[in-house]
Amino acid sequence: MSGPLIEARNITRVLPGEVETTLINGIDLAINAGEFVAITGPSGSGKSSLMYLLGLLDSPTSGDILVEGRSTAGMPEDERAKLRLETLGFVFQFHFLLAEFSALDNVMLPMRALEKRTPAEMEAHAMDLLTRLGLKEHAHKRPDQMSGGQRQRVAIARALANDPKVILADEPTGNLDTASTDQVFGIIRTLVGEGGRSVIVVTHDPHLAARASRRLHVVDGKLAPIPTE
Amino acid sequence: MGLALDIAVTHIRSRLRQTLVGVLGVATGVGFSVMMAGLMEGSQRDFISQLVDSLPHITVSDERRTPPVQPAAEVYADVEISNLSTVDRRRGIKNPLAVISEIEGWAPARIAPSVRANILLRQAGRDVGAVMLGIDPRREILVSNVASKMVEGQLDNLLKASNAVILGARLAERLGVRVGNTITISSSGGKAMTATAVGIFRTGVAQIDDSQLYALTRTAQILAGQTGLINELRLKADNALEARELATRIEAETGYKAVSWQEAHEDLLNAFNIRNFIMYTVVGAILLVASFGTYNIISTITHEKTRDIAIMKSLGLRAAVVRRIFVIEALIIGFIGMGAGFLFGFLMTQALGSLEFRSPYGDATHLPVIYAPLHYALAGSIALGASFIAAWLPARKAASVNPVDIIRGAS
Repeated sequence: MSGPLIEARNITRVLPGEVETTLINGIDLAINAGEFVAITGPSGSGKSSLMYLLGLLDSPTSGDILVEGRSTAGMPEDERAKLRLETLGFVFQFHFLLAEFSALDNVMLPMRALEKRTPAEMEAHAMDLLTRLGLKEHAHKRPDQMSGGQRQRVAIARALANDPKVILADEPTGNLDTASTDQVFGIIRTLVGEGGRSVIVVTHDPHLAARASRRLHVVDGKLAPIPTE
Repeated sequence: MGLALDIAVTHIRSRLRQTLVGVLGVATGVGFSVMMAGLMEGSQRDFISQLVDSLPHITVSDERRTPPVQPAAEVYADVEISNLSTVDRRRGIKNPLAVISEIEGWAPARIAPSVRANILLRQAGRDVGAVMLGIDPRREILVSNVASKMVEGQLDNLLKASNAVILGARLAERLGVRVGNTITISSSGGKAMTATAVGIFRTGVAQIDDSQLYALTRTAQILAGQTGLINELRLKADNALEARELATRIEAETGYKAVSWQEAHEDLLNAFNIRNFIMYTVVGAILLVASFGTYNIISTITHEKTRDIAIMKSLGLRAAVVRRIFVIEALIIGFIGMGAGFLFGFLMTQALGSLEFRSPYGDATHLPVIYAPLHYALAGSIALGASFIAAWLPARKAASVNPVDIIRGAS
């Protein structure tokens, strides 16, 4: 496939209500294989909304989002869910791990939903990912038995479970201390380019954004020129 | 299914107290339903079996459903005839042996001829109306269990004395008659005789024990004033439930009125139907109330797990899988509750069945209960169905969660 992994074509997202709120206003962009894209912008500018749209968690009010050239406009929810499961991986500001499950079970969850590996393969792959992220000793711990940085690393391992082509991270270090931030961001950085994988990170931290290969700045739901620091 | 099941099991295991309350709700519902159905149907069956065992399944009498057409009416069909007297026919079933032989030829039933006569018993200055049944003791055992219901004497004693009678226990008590006593019997036709009580029976059916006595056919014929009279054929069908159909055919073939036990006790059977309807309504209500508990638990879990649901959906779990998780949770509660309810119901039924009741007119008896697989199947299916429905609404709500709303809120 030679085209962009994700392409947004003039997407707009308007929240309905007595007073309509425009979150995203006519954005065009393309994310190519192997890119590390940082989305920055002030609070409430629409950067997270843009990520939700690019990650098919939300649907644009108008415009279209293409994933590997495939239009998602009007796509049934189950199909969008399958596309997310196969192609996209998510890391959120809060780890959002399932509290009653161990780290290993959390990482295996997307694999079990996709059902493309045998149970033994799933466990081995989940263990590989946790080992790679330095969590081998914590594989059988539940989230409440781990530190914030460890939980976020488990969330990264879960995002990688189905070997997605794109990782979308929404303020992945927003809730971590400086040491953990460096560690987690460092890990995210290493994921870029593996098998053509792209990473899209939403961050308000200009220093972290500076480490990305491309930076998109969102102001009032539109792409704007990157401000000079 | 594996993933949904794992998540469901984890959810309910992490909420043991709530799960236990839900399980107890379903178990109580199922247990009481099973116990109640076992008790109600047990008493019903016991009553019917007493009725069916004590009485013949079909009684063919010398009456007809409609009066025979008079010869004058046959000849002058268009003429209105008033004050026409019917011919005084000889009473009884005509050629009873031939009729018996004909019925025996095709009916899966045993037959005993008898003479039924309304009589008046006189003892110690008291007059009591009763029904005398003139029987042949050797044939009587084919159609009734009176021989096994003797509390004093034996049925065969009828053959050992002249004008011997066997009385129902309550009738004997009313008259103060004991075995060996002599009583005076007079018929509605004015004939009187002295008879000796040679036995007392108790069927457990008050109507019989209170007003019936047995004598030999010959004795009853003498009282009725008609030699060779047989005015009743009593049949015991191989299958009591086929009595109605057999009676219809007998009546069609012989012309004599044949009444099945179902027809004779139509009002009672209707009352049982109404009672069963009430019982199943109450059972349904109990299980419905139990299902509210399940609804409450699943609703609480879905509410508490909204964030997890959003995460699972954001990862790519389909809405159907999310829905399945909560339906499985309810079904697990339903299944465990059902199993516990079966045990609870069984034990309660057993406890009730062991209770002893003493009647002034009978032997000590236990509460009649039955253990019918149908009751368990019904209560179990209703409990599972109710659990499924109780889970469906919250599960559907959970599956429709928009992950972005939750993620945005959490952030």
